[in-house]
Amino acid sequence: MKKTTTVIIGAGHSGLAMSRALEARGIDHLVLERGQPGNSWRTERWDSLSLLTPNWMNGLSGRPYAGTDPDGYMTVGAFVRAFDAWDAPVMTGTTVLSVTGSAGNFRVQTDQGLILCDTVVIATGACALPRLPAFADALPGAVRQMTPITYRNPADLPEGGVLVVGASASGLQIARELALAGRRTVLAVGNHLRLPRDYRGADILRWMDRVGVFDLPFDQVDDLERVRRTPSLPLIGTPTRETLDLNALQAIGVEIAGRLAAVNDGKALFSGSLANLCTAADLKLNRLLDTIDTWIARTGANAAPPERHVPTRLPGSPRLSLDLRTEGIRTVIWATGYRPDHRWLHLPVFDRKGRIRHDGGVVADGLCVMGLPYLRSRHSTHIAGAAADAAALADHLNRSLADAA
Amino acid sequence: MNVQNQVKAVQNGVNTEALLGARAALADMPAAAQFTWRATCEWVDGTHSRSVVKGFFGLGEEQSHTKSFTVESDHPPQFAAADNGPTPIEIVLSALASCLTGGVAAVAQHRGIQLHAVTAKVEGDMDIAGVLGIDADVRNGFSAVRVSFDIDADATADEIAALVAQSQKRSAVFDIVTNPTNVSVSVA
Ligand SMILES: Cc1cc2nc3c(=O)[nH]c(=O)nc-3n(C[C@H](O)[C@H](O)[C@H](O)COP(=O)(O)OP(=O)(O)OC[C@H]3O[C@@H](n4cnc5c(N)ncnc54)[C@H](O)[C@@H]3O)c2cc1C
Repeated sequence: MKKTTTVIIGAGHSGLAMSRALEARGIDHLVLERGQPGNSWRTERWDSLSLLTPNWMNGLSGRPYAGTDPDGYMTVGAFVRAFDAWDAPVMTGTTVLSVTGSAGNFRVQTDQGLILCDTVVIATGACALPRLPAFADALPGAVRQMTPITYRNPADLPEGGVLVVGASASGLQIARELALAGRRTVLAVGNHLRLPRDYRGADILRWMDRVGVFDLPFDQVDDLERVRRTPSLPLIGTPTRETLDLNALQAIGVEIAGRLAAVNDGKALFSGSLANLCTAADLKLNRLLDTIDTWIARTGANAAPPERHVPTRLPGSPRLSLDLRTEGIRTVIWATGYRPDHRWLHLPVFDRKGRIRHDGGVVADGLCVMGLPYLRSRHSTHIAGAAADAAALADHLNRSLADAA
Repeated sequence: MNVQNQVKAVQNGVNTEALLGARAALADMPAAAQFTWRATCEWVDGTHSRSVVKGFFGLGEEQSHTKSFTVESDHPPQFAAADNGPTPIEIVLSALASCLTGGVAAVAQHRGIQLHAVTAKVEGDMDIAGVLGIDADVRNGFSAVRVSFDIDADATADEIAALVAQSQKRSAVFDIVTNPTNVSVSVA
């Protein structure tokens, strides 16, 4: 049995940011990691993936990017090397099996023994499990099902066509890669966002950062439930700074269809709402660009002239059904989102949908969670957002420990 | 709600406060949010039928409209019928237009946008070779539906487009028309 003040579960960038924040406050702690630090990047990402955030946004907490290409996009391999170079009190190869107790008296059961501690930080990631629609079960057995967590590369898939379901970053990137590999690719498009890679001579994320769209704190948001469902940034990091939107995908041969609404008798049925979802994404993009233009005009920032993008191109009459067998679709990739895995947390802290309840990351006295969508700001799921969240939550833990003392 | 809504007193006749209150309350009481809508239809003569709506279930118990409403339906003379009312197809189109139009008003109210006039024109294309059983490859229903809004409001063109987009995202009938639903029909 071990004892420490704070146990951090998970050594991704969130857990390591918290480790750094606790170290700065002189709080004794242990980071428990089932694999190696950066395990998700080592084991749950596809082969070709590069970060979609530019390098200047990808420094691990307290270590800003120091390379020569701040506007480039590092490969996952390069990002993993940053984890290798990290020194934190990490117990690797240690899987947490259960957490019980309360502030001052948490019991963390691991496959390497019991650890007692005063406070706990959950940093096991927002993307631990795929989020699948209920009708995934209705797919014919002959169709191979994958998720972005299990997908590695096009050669891994059975011969034939692919239906990619979901048009946020993962779905767009995977559809692009499959089409470029010569696969017939149909992309089912639900609620989505649209972003250009660059705008007015700079990375769109540079503008979003400067304008402050990542900063609005969770407690000032109108409808937190809604913003917590906002899809990931629909971008890709490539050396040529490609824009990855539905127009770009259609130009390389991807067919777009509406939201996948049901699977019946081996047929995928798509919603007829595609036009509206594309219009909504175009309008939202224009609102963002208006905000950026206004900011540039007000601050006199250096920028190329403004531009507007052509609306999303739609097929004349988008497909409403797809007979998987006769159309030769052998694989379905569910890029329908991710969810966390907190099944080992044996405390009454979940809502009716099984989601952990928290107030800006504070779950209960002495118990915090990190890395969830809009935990404290829109930045909370980004590498660049972890340091600020960790600092705020470390302050909470510090107070909890002081109250107890 | 944002500050803008509070300074501008917008009157679209939608009680957003009550709707937002209901939304907040129902989020914590999922059972109360379970509704069942009903209509009872009686055959009159030929293709003429009369539906009555009055009761529905929701908020955990039986509910009722303040009075009962009837909806007549028939077919025009071109179908050798007596034309006692709109076709069921036109009722569906009207339902879609009503649902989207009501949605536009509600979203406008929430966003602090004053409406002056809203008109929705709906068209549904149909190859009746389907319903007549002439061609098995033609579906019975619409091959395409178009809704065109004409909106006069104190807002920019983009803001109006966003109202219409959001109304579609929240519309029950839009969802009913655009997505498949399992329907079971039985005989008592
Ligand atoms: C495909 C993909 C691409 C992304 N690209 C970017 C990007 O370009 N830029 C960006 O800013 N963000 C990106 N993100 C978002 C986010 O940065 C990543 O999801 C990131 O991995 C989250 O870091 P984390 O530390 O919160 O969680 P994770 O990195 O998932 O770390 C959680 C850790 O907890 C460990 N763990 C889990 N359960 C247990 C347990 N029971 N016991 C012990 N250890 C456990 C895991 O092994 C893992 O190492 C991407 C996400 C995905 C899915």
